[in-house]
Amino acid sequence: MQNQSFGILRGLRRFTEGSVIKIKINDVLLQTVTKVASFVILTFSVYLFLAGHHNPGGGFIGGLVVAAAITLLFLAYDVKTVRAGFPPVDFKVLAVSGVLLAVITGMGAVVFGKPFLSHAFGYFNLPLFGETELATSVIFDVGVALAVLGTALSIIYTISEDMCIWKR
Amino acid sequence: MIMNNLVAFPLLIPLLAGLIMAIYRKSIPFQRWFSLFSFSLICIISFYLIQQVSIEGIQILELGGWQAPFGIVLVVDMLSALLLMTTGFIGLTCVLFAFGSIGEEREQFYFYPFFQFLITGVNGSFLTGDLFNLFVCFEVMLISSYVLISLGGNKIQLRESIKYVVINTISSTLFLVGIAYLYAVAGTLNMAHLSVRVAESGQPGILTTVAVLLLIVFSLKSALFLFFWLPGAYSAPPTAIAAIFGALLTKVGIYAIFRTSTLIFYHQLEITHTLLGVMAALTMLFGGIGAVAHWDIRNILAYNVIIGVGFIVSGVAIFTPASLIGATYYFIHDMVMKALLFLLGGTVIRIVGSNKLKEMGGLIRNHTLLGWMFFIAALSLAGVPPLSGFIGKILIIQEGLASGAARAGFYWLAAIGLLSSLMVLYSLMKIFINGFWGETLLAQDMEKGDTKGLLLPCVLLTAAGIIWGVGAEIFYPFVEQAGESMVNPNLYIEAVLREVV
Repeated sequence: MQNQSFGILRGLRRFTEGSVIKIKINDVLLQTVTKVASFVILTFSVYLFLAGHHNPGGGFIGGLVVAAAITLLFLAYDVKTVRAGFPPVDFKVLAVSGVLLAVITGMGAVVFGKPFLSHAFGYFNLPLFGETELATSVIFDVGVALAVLGTALSIIYTISEDMCIWKR
Repeated sequence: MIMNNLVAFPLLIPLLAGLIMAIYRKSIPFQRWFSLFSFSLICIISFYLIQQVSIEGIQILELGGWQAPFGIVLVVDMLSALLLMTTGFIGLTCVLFAFGSIGEEREQFYFYPFFQFLITGVNGSFLTGDLFNLFVCFEVMLISSYVLISLGGNKIQLRESIKYVVINTISSTLFLVGIAYLYAVAGTLNMAHLSVRVAESGQPGILTTVAVLLLIVFSLKSALFLFFWLPGAYSAPPTAIAAIFGALLTKVGIYAIFRTSTLIFYHQLEITHTLLGVMAALTMLFGGIGAVAHWDIRNILAYNVIIGVGFIVSGVAIFTPASLIGATYYFIHDMVMKALLFLLGGTVIRIVGSNKLKEMGGLIRNHTLLGWMFFIAALSLAGVPPLSGFIGKILIIQEGLASGAARAGFYWLAAIGLLSSLMVLYSLMKIFINGFWGETLLAQDMEKGDTKGLLLPCVLLTAAGIIWGVGAEIFYPFVEQAGESMVNPNLYIEAVLREVV
């Protein structure tokens, strides 16, 4: 138990200082747990996202939980390694395109002559799922999730790098 | 179902424009052109909305098709439409000024997107028909302003932005508390619905208390009496940003005072509106003393913003149809003129390289146009006919003197209003005499900065100010309609709650 909490502390230090640390630290416990836990967390986030249509949950909390999983990866490994595994998307652009997606979904209603932010839904027979409810508000929610994910990750990513981007 | 999707566009255009610009943040020419495009589009759409409102009456949009007291509505009456148009125009001129003055570093670090988000918040506040949504739009506006005030990270900027953020966080918290009280007492936050419920109950003591709490919140935001944070905060950021702050941010607070004290809490005039009057009078006095005392251009201009706030609110305090029309007229005049004044002051500081009045002189020899525009702005703010300040001032002061018999008596408010005009004139003439007259201290080649591209937005604003004054006969029907919908809240209520009431 104590060993594990030290592991997190070390992870935090490595996280804040990037590749500055030269000493080899043994993080086996944290890294092994993270490998399994991040999958559980990501799965749970998908559940939360989809549950949000009728029950507690939704895009905001779904996005936040994804961000939590990725933050855990950042802590267990270091920022550079994890970043290399993702497509090279700027998190800020991710957040912006999320909001853009949400607003444009809302404006779709304007095109159909309905009030701004109106949403439509219908029941469709899909091959594998049988009769399924499909709603345009899910697209809106995807936008919200992307916005939250992008914002949370760009905050984490910004405080992890220790350099000033403003020219003096 | 009643709807007019056009109502949402003054809010959506800057939002979309800001988002798209944030994606292409490296491409500065694109952001510049897109900013101009966005503000022009806002102007055109609000012009169309003014036409629609003047012909068909108040326009509303129920978002997502949810009916009025339950869902959220956007409402455009004549007051909102006029303010939207003015906001678009001021945004256009300030962004034009920013092209030549803001510097490449700020341009690369999201200056234009946050400018758009600021306008989103301002327009949203003018549009919304729901008190909680007003809070949200305030926050959108304030968060963008936090970024704009600290962008660049100078020592002064950081010091002032901490104060600014703390003050606004406190007032936002109080706003939320006030909203919670109001919801607990009245059970609704839709402004039209609130108006009905408050009228039914006859505004008992608890509602008046909430009204005073909200008044404190809005006066913190609009620098009415509680203005101690303003001079520092508005003199820290670069000129283009200071101008948009001086012209728009405090005015959103005043708009909120207009709405709450004419639409919702108008049953206990002797408490709420007398308090408004006292605060307006003190604001004008203290602002005037500040403007007269200072010898620093930025501080003089910041104190002039405070005097303007006091004068507009005194029109609401007197609360007769003509004084409300006067206040609306002066409101729009003040927005345009404050933007102009800040831009001119910024240009002078750029040329001289200092904001101390004693270190400048004789600028009119090399900068004739600049000097005359400053002179016109000064006369207009002091209320010299036929410039735009005159009509607003005469309506408010006339009503202040006339309503003496009917209610508590507002002779003192009218007198202080006149006194404040003199103080405005004195403080601005001080800048004019010290800065533009006298011996020319700087030869043309010794000047610290050039005026390339900076005069066009000033000329546009001066022209708008002159047209607003000389063409008063043309604009009066529109302003009258704005005043009418404030005097008669039923117009607003019937437009919003058509199916319920």
